[in-house]
Amino acid sequence: MTKQAAAPKRVLALGATSAIAEATLRLLAEQPASFFLVGRNPSKLAVVRDDLLTRGATAAATCVIDLDDTGAHPAMLAQALGALGGIDLALLAHGILGDQTEAEKDYAVAKAILHTNFLSAVSLVTWLANYFEAEHRGTIAVISSVAGDRGRKSNYVYGASKGGLNIFLDGVRNRIDRAGVQVLTIKPGFVATPMTAHLKKNALFAEPSQVARHILRAIEKGKDVAYVPPFWGLIMLIVRSVPRRIFKKMNM
Amino acid sequence: MGLMRKSEAAPDQSPQFESWGRYPKFQAEVVPLHWGTDFPLRQPPATRQLPVGLGRSYGDVCLLENGTLLQTVGMDRLLHFDPATGMLRCEAGVSLRQILDFAVPRGFFLPVTPGTKYVTAGGAIANDIHGKNHHVAGTFGRHVLRFELVRSNGTRMVCSPIENPEWFAATIGGMGLTGLMTWAEIHLRPIVSRKLDYRGDKFHGIDEFLALSHAATSEYTVAWIDCVSTGRNFARGIFMQGDHSETPGPLTRSKEPRLAFPFDLPEVALNRFSMAAFNSLYFHKQLGKQKVGPVDYEPFFYPLDAVLHWNRMYGKQGLLQFQNVLPHESGREGMLEILKAITKSGLASFLAVIKFFGDVPSVGMMSFPTPGVMLALDFPIRRELSFALVDRLARITLEHGGRMYSAKDARMTAEQYQAFYPQWQDFARFVDPGFDSAFWQRVTGRRPLDD
Repeated sequence: MTKQAAAPKRVLALGATSAIAEATLRLLAEQPASFFLVGRNPSKLAVVRDDLLTRGATAAATCVIDLDDTGAHPAMLAQALGALGGIDLALLAHGILGDQTEAEKDYAVAKAILHTNFLSAVSLVTWLANYFEAEHRGTIAVISSVAGDRGRKSNYVYGASKGGLNIFLDGVRNRIDRAGVQVLTIKPGFVATPMTAHLKKNALFAEPSQVARHILRAIEKGKDVAYVPPFWGLIMLIVRSVPRRIFKKMNM
Repeated sequence: MGLMRKSEAAPDQSPQFESWGRYPKFQAEVVPLHWGTDFPLRQPPATRQLPVGLGRSYGDVCLLENGTLLQTVGMDRLLHFDPATGMLRCEAGVSLRQILDFAVPRGFFLPVTPGTKYVTAGGAIANDIHGKNHHVAGTFGRHVLRFELVRSNGTRMVCSPIENPEWFAATIGGMGLTGLMTWAEIHLRPIVSRKLDYRGDKFHGIDEFLALSHAATSEYTVAWIDCVSTGRNFARGIFMQGDHSETPGPLTRSKEPRLAFPFDLPEVALNRFSMAAFNSLYFHKQLGKQKVGPVDYEPFFYPLDAVLHWNRMYGKQGLLQFQNVLPHESGREGMLEILKAITKSGLASFLAVIKFFGDVPSVGMMSFPTPGVMLALDFPIRRELSFALVDRLARITLEHGGRMYSAKDARMTAEQYQAFYPQWQDFARFVDPGFDSAFWQRVTGRRPLDD
């Protein structure tokens, strides 16, 4: 991709109060950028908006909706388009970890994870792909997960939601890359965020600010898939290459 | 960075935590807070609670045995900045480093800064920190316009000199005990360059230090003092002054520190001889009697921040910090007595500073600075030796009408503390019933000192 123009980037942030999204938006705000911030919690959205404006955002509007409500997506996206006057970058960052143990017992729990992480993203990306394809430019950056690379007993429902998302994004990319649109699948490893607050931390955990720098670099370089931090690419290469007859006996 | 998780204890036990001095260590649960609305916690803990920022106080003011530590560093948003007035509203977990990264490129600087930028705004207020400009600017609390305080019962209060003024005074210097601060408004000061105009003067003995202090005209003054050498070199040092440069210069953001102290130094490494060598090297690093020139703000204010985890230099045992202030009337005699006791012990390390505090009154009810001479230094912990020395220094401080600094202390007795801060019972009325700290337990006589 060519070097970004000096005009502020117009950024649509879906799930703007997620820790990874917020850290990424902070870096964008300094470039500078204007924002349309979408999330569920009005007070958290307002605080994120204030922070971005203080750091140099040229404008920031908020929109309170539950992104599980796919029926509300088209109106919200139209509103974003109106507020920003065009979109240069759409960052999809909403998602839930869910409770694997519950999801094993109760289909409703599994369905909720798949709905939030996969179906609501499909709804958003469908609209965004058509918008950007017609514009012949732009970036759709989606926060997926390394968990989508291979099903493991400890989180395969979450993993399936992200794995499905990865395949969907591969297809969208294949379709609209020729229109000059970047579709970036972001695969973070362990990140110290509120979503993982209950997990024991180890040396593999990265800070959201560190992950955000890698995400921005991947956007600027026009990448298709980015493991963040990049060492997760190697870890997942190994995880994927373990033969299935061995993998199925492992505790992961 | 931050509060150090000391160990992974047995699975059913909470991990141990320590502050910068690495003594003492206590088990606690940590609950990270990310939003101002995260507190009070949805599931109120059965234990007492205590807010903690980056854990850069030295002793036990941000520790609580078997308690719940509310970690505020996730609340690090900048909420508003007015370049016309320099007013910054930020969440309490923002570090001074983050504030500088934001403010310096915009031509602003902290109104008061301690010797490290790795403290949070909330921690700076809770300990009512001071800096090299205390004699003209007073403490950090003087530059705080307003903040929000949330009590464990859910009451939210905006505090300022005119709104809930008694809570404003109790919370500044209140060691986090009055409730959780969610955001604060701080008055930044304009600068035109990262650089300072620096002047360093060598001195020999306390009288030369006092003369230099009285004559100094700079906004920032501090002296490094040799607490190891005896005889001819007793109490030699370098008196350092600086002013923000008035010549427009670079206003760039600082780079990330690249050095980190990689491991705990064995206890034997810091001894009388290595410390004498260090002190001698430092004194002679400046060749002439006087040195004048421009200097960047990083080495001027934060020389030790260039090496992350420098406390590892003191080994696993950790370090004791002693910091006191004596009124001017008894300052000379008292400091001489203290310096003699320290050099005689042979326990002092390299990091010792002495400075005049000014008479700008502190806002906080429990603030440390009072007009007089301030001394701060580190001792490697050699159990009974250093404990006995610090106890002796506390007594001398008391005899000379001075006081010690809670944020740096791990060893004051309840009697000593209550003599230094006779207003402690007034302050106790403002302590949140759901909050407590290891320090507060110690100085109110509810936790004995170990030997």
